[in-house]
Amino acid sequence: MQDLEAQIAELQSQIETLQEKVSDLENTNRDQLSIAIVSGDMDKILAAMIISLAAAAMDTKVKLFFSFWALSALRDPKKTAQGKDFISKMFGFMLPKGKNKLGLSKMNMAGMGPQMMKHIMKKKNVMSLDEMFKQAAELDIDIIVCEMSMDLMGFKKEEIIDYPHLSYGGAATFAVDAGQSGAQWFI
Amino acid sequence: MTVDELKTVSVAKSVDARGTACPGPLLEAKKAIGAIKGGDVMEVLSSDEGTKQDIPKWCSKQGHEYLGFVEENGYFKVYMKKK
Repeated sequence: MQDLEAQIAELQSQIETLQEKVSDLENTNRDQLSIAIVSGDMDKILAAMIISLAAAAMDTKVKLFFSFWALSALRDPKKTAQGKDFISKMFGFMLPKGKNKLGLSKMNMAGMGPQMMKHIMKKKNVMSLDEMFKQAAELDIDIIVCEMSMDLMGFKKEEIIDYPHLSYGGAATFAVDAGQSGAQWFI
Repeated sequence: MTVDELKTVSVAKSVDARGTACPGPLLEAKKAIGAIKGGDVMEVLSSDEGTKQDIPKWCSKQGHEYLGFVEENGYFKVYMKKK
């Protein structure tokens, strides 16, 4: 009889260990896609957005972490920020002001490439980046903006686009999100 | 389903996504399928070749039943049954 009780206790503890492992697994392999977008090239932002939209259309949770050069894509051309120091002003001046001003990683040809690309995208019925961001908002795609890059380049929150699911965070935010995602990419 | 069966299937909703390239047809399908009942059939009209591969994958992920496609002049119709 005592033997049996000992066996039951042993089984219970094994079940508890298994339950912990299952919940760990559920938290590490969610139906979620995390992308760290570091590039500010139009073609790479396009690729990230197209894949994100397709994933979100399948109800996969999408979290986009915008960092370094990719911040250019989140600048609102209609907004300005006051009180910047010299280096911040230089960054602001040198970098594209918004997603419609991005260059191509190849065949940029001093800005002619992106114009040709936009023309051909329109002709082939590919959504514009503006339209993609609108769709992304409708599909609840999260955008997390890297605070450190903002600070480094001297961008201010008041010059960032209005987007309903936008928040600010650090590298750990991405690391945790990515750890819980079934897929995590770097562009 | 065979092409002949698909041509006669009764469709609860038809989505014309011919004016949009990848991933447009997928987004339109996602939006439209919310408006029909489980067991109803929806057709998506597309001229984007990738749609033929993408819709079956989308269906299997979402649990809908992919029925097949019918080739038309310059576009095609993809059929699915909502779960």
